[in-house]
Amino acid sequence: MTPDAEDDRRRTTLEAFADTIIPGERRGPDDRSVAGAAPGPGAVAAGAVELLETPAVGIVDDLGVLAGLLNEHAELHARINDLVLDRDVPPFVALDFAERTALVRALVAPGHPEKDMWVSLALFSNMAFDTAPHLHTTDALDAGHPGLRTMGLFPPDADGLHRFPEFSYGRPLASVHPRTTPSGSPE
Amino acid sequence: MTTSRESTDVLVIGTGFGGAIAAYHLAAGGARVTMLERGPWLAGDDFDHDFKLGSSYTRIFDFVVGDGMSLLGGNCVGGGSVVYFAAMPRAPRFVFDRHGSIGRRMWPRSLSRDALEPWYDRVEEALPVVRQDWDEITYAGGLWAAACAHSGGTANPVPVAVDNAKCVNCNWMMAGCKFDAKRSLLFNYLPAAVAHGAEIRPLHEVQHLTRTDDGGYTVHYNVVDDEDYRVHVGTGVIDAKIVILAAGAGATPVILQRSEAALGRMPHAVGRYFSGNGERLNTAVIDEERVRSVLGLDRGDGIGYAANQIGRGPVVANWDKLDGSLPEHSRFSLEQLYFPPGLGTILAQVPDAVGPSWFGPQKKEMLSRWQSWLTIFTMSEDDNEGVFGPPPATGNALRLSQQMLGRGNLRYDPTVNTLRGWAESDAEVRRIIERDGIGKVMPWTNDVVGAYTVHPLASCRIGDDPATSALDDGHELRGHPGIFVTDGSAVPAGLTVNPAMTIAALAERAMPGIVAAARERGVDVVYGAPGPGGETSGRDAVLPLVPAARR
Repeated sequence: MTPDAEDDRRRTTLEAFADTIIPGERRGPDDRSVAGAAPGPGAVAAGAVELLETPAVGIVDDLGVLAGLLNEHAELHARINDLVLDRDVPPFVALDFAERTALVRALVAPGHPEKDMWVSLALFSNMAFDTAPHLHTTDALDAGHPGLRTMGLFPPDADGLHRFPEFSYGRPLASVHPRTTPSGSPE
Repeated sequence: MTTSRESTDVLVIGTGFGGAIAAYHLAAGGARVTMLERGPWLAGDDFDHDFKLGSSYTRIFDFVVGDGMSLLGGNCVGGGSVVYFAAMPRAPRFVFDRHGSIGRRMWPRSLSRDALEPWYDRVEEALPVVRQDWDEITYAGGLWAAACAHSGGTANPVPVAVDNAKCVNCNWMMAGCKFDAKRSLLFNYLPAAVAHGAEIRPLHEVQHLTRTDDGGYTVHYNVVDDEDYRVHVGTGVIDAKIVILAAGAGATPVILQRSEAALGRMPHAVGRYFSGNGERLNTAVIDEERVRSVLGLDRGDGIGYAANQIGRGPVVANWDKLDGSLPEHSRFSLEQLYFPPGLGTILAQVPDAVGPSWFGPQKKEMLSRWQSWLTIFTMSEDDNEGVFGPPPATGNALRLSQQMLGRGNLRYDPTVNTLRGWAESDAEVRRIIERDGIGKVMPWTNDVVGAYTVHPLASCRIGDDPATSALDDGHELRGHPGIFVTDGSAVPAGLTVNPAMTIAALAERAMPGIVAAARERGVDVVYGAPGPGGETSGRDAVLPLVPAARR
C-alpha cells in the first residue's frame, strides 16, 4: 500500500469512528466515512481528525495502530454477524451506522481490555464537536464552528472575553433551610 | 538537565489551601519557607477564555483517570483555589460523627463542628467568604431554587469566596479568574507568605523524600517543562527540618508511597480510605415552556432559562437531606453547578435513550439544547473505598497529553452504601426536576471513566486509631516525625458539602502544633500572625486555644 493510500485508510477509519460518536450529514455523495446518521455537521466536520492529529493531545503517534486495530475489530464483527464488507473501503468504514455503533459500544464497555484507548478516541471525538480545543475559541465562534454553533454558545465581547451583565432573576425563589447559620452554612 | 542542592527550614509541597496556609503562618512567624508547586504560576491576565489546548484551561487543570475513579483538580500555584468555584460552606455537624466503614467515629475525639468553628472563622475572615443575596443569584441557581421550592423544599444561596461586584458571570472559573473576582489564594495567603519571605517555585514536582543525618528530610524534585508536562528539564534536592505535604489527596499519598523505600514503612492508611466526597452529577434538559408556565420564571425577554453558559459555577444548594437524623449514606447536598463543554458534556446521558446514552445521534440532539441544560451536583457520604496502587514512574499519573490528561493508579469500587447514596440522590434530583415536566434528567454515566470527583479526600487522613488513620490529630505522619499533611487528604471522610472551607480550617487548626514542632527542631518561629490581610479578630479568637492545639 502506498503512503497516501495508508494515510487515506487511516483518516477515513478515524472519521468513521468520530462520526459514530457525534454523527453528521454526509459532505457529498461520495462520502463513505460519514454515515449521514444525523442532520447537520458532526464530529468529522467539527475537526475530529485535526484534533486527534494535534501533538498536544498525545496520541498522534498511535493513530495508525488504533485505526488498524479498529479495522481488525470490524473484520471480526462482520464475520461473527455474517456481514459482507465492501472491500473498496476499510472494514470499519464498510460497516453501516448501526453496526459501527454496536461495535463501538462493545469497545468502550466496562471490562473491555482495550477500553481505555477507545474511550480516549471517543473523548477527543466528542471534544472536537463540543469544545473545539484545536482552535482558539474566539476563532471557532467567529468561523461558525459547527459544534459550538449547534450548542448555541454565546459569543464573547469584542475583546474576546465573555461577560453577562444580565444574569439573575433578581428575586428570592425559595425559602432557605431553617437550620442555616448566620454565616450562611448548614448547621 | 541541571541538579542543585539547597536547604531551608520548612519545605512545603503544594500551594493549595493546605500549603498556602502553612507557608503563610510559618513565614510570618519567622521561618525560612520554600514552596514547591508542580504546576505553573499564573495570574489575572494569564487566564484565558479559551478551550484551545495550551491555554490556561489546560495548563492549570488536571484530569487523572483512575481505575473506577477519575480526579479533577488544580495544577498551578494556588492549587484548587484557582480552578475551583469558590463555594465555601462549613461542613454540617453530623459529618464529624460519621462512622463510615470502620464501625466507630472516624474523626479524632478532639474535633467536632464546635471545635472547628473558630478556625472556620479565621478562614472566613482571611479570604474572605461572604453570603450571597438573591439578586446575586444566577439564572441557573435561581432555576434550581425555584424547582426545589416547587417540589416543597428549600434552597440556599451558597457562601462564596467571590467578590460579586467584580464578577461578570462568564463561567470561566475553571480556567482561572480573568477579572480577579474569585478570591483565590493568589490574593491572600500566598502573597502574604511571599511578603514574609516565603519562596514559591512553580513547575517543581516533588517525587520522594529521604532522611538527612540530623533528623530532617531531603525533598527530591523534578523540574517540569512549562509547556509539555511530560518532559522534565531538571532535578534537585532541598534539605528541610520540617516538611509540609499538601500536594492534594491525589498526589500526597503517592509521594509518601514512593518515599517508603527510603523512609521506612508508611502507616497503613497512606493511600487508603480515599473518598471522592460521594460526588455524582445529574444533567437535566429543561423544558423552556414549563419554566415559564410552571415556575413563572422569565429572564425579561420572554425566555424562561436557556442560560446554562451564564454564571459562576454553583450558587444555590439544596440542603434538605443534610439531616443528622437520617441514616449515614442517606445524607447529601444537591448543588446547582456548571461544567464547561468537554468535561461537562461527555458523561451526560440522554434521558430515555434508545441505544447508546452518552454518544450517538440522540446525544447530538441533546447537545443542541445545551443552553437549556441544568447540572446538579451531589455531595454524599461514600465509604472511603479508594485505594492507591503502586506509584507511577513520576508524579501521580502517567501523563498522556502534554497537559491536563493522565492515567493514575487509584482504584475505587463503590460499595453498596455509596451506591445507595447515589441512587437516593438521583431519585431526589429526578423528583425535583421532573415534577410537572420542568425537565428530564439523567445521572452522568460511570461506565466511561468510572466515578469522578472534584474534591478528592481522605487518602492520608487524621484520626485517633493508628490502624485506620495515617496522621495523628495534629496532622503529623505516624512514625515519621517532622512530616505533616495539611491538604484534603487529611480530611477523614466525605463532607456532604464542598470541602475547601473545611480543608482550610483544618490547616489553620494544625498550625500552632506545626509551629511548635518546628521550634523543637531548632527553627526560630512563633505562632500568632494576624490574617493574611492584617485581620486580627479571627487570630484573637483562636489565641486562647493555642496551648491546647500544641501537642
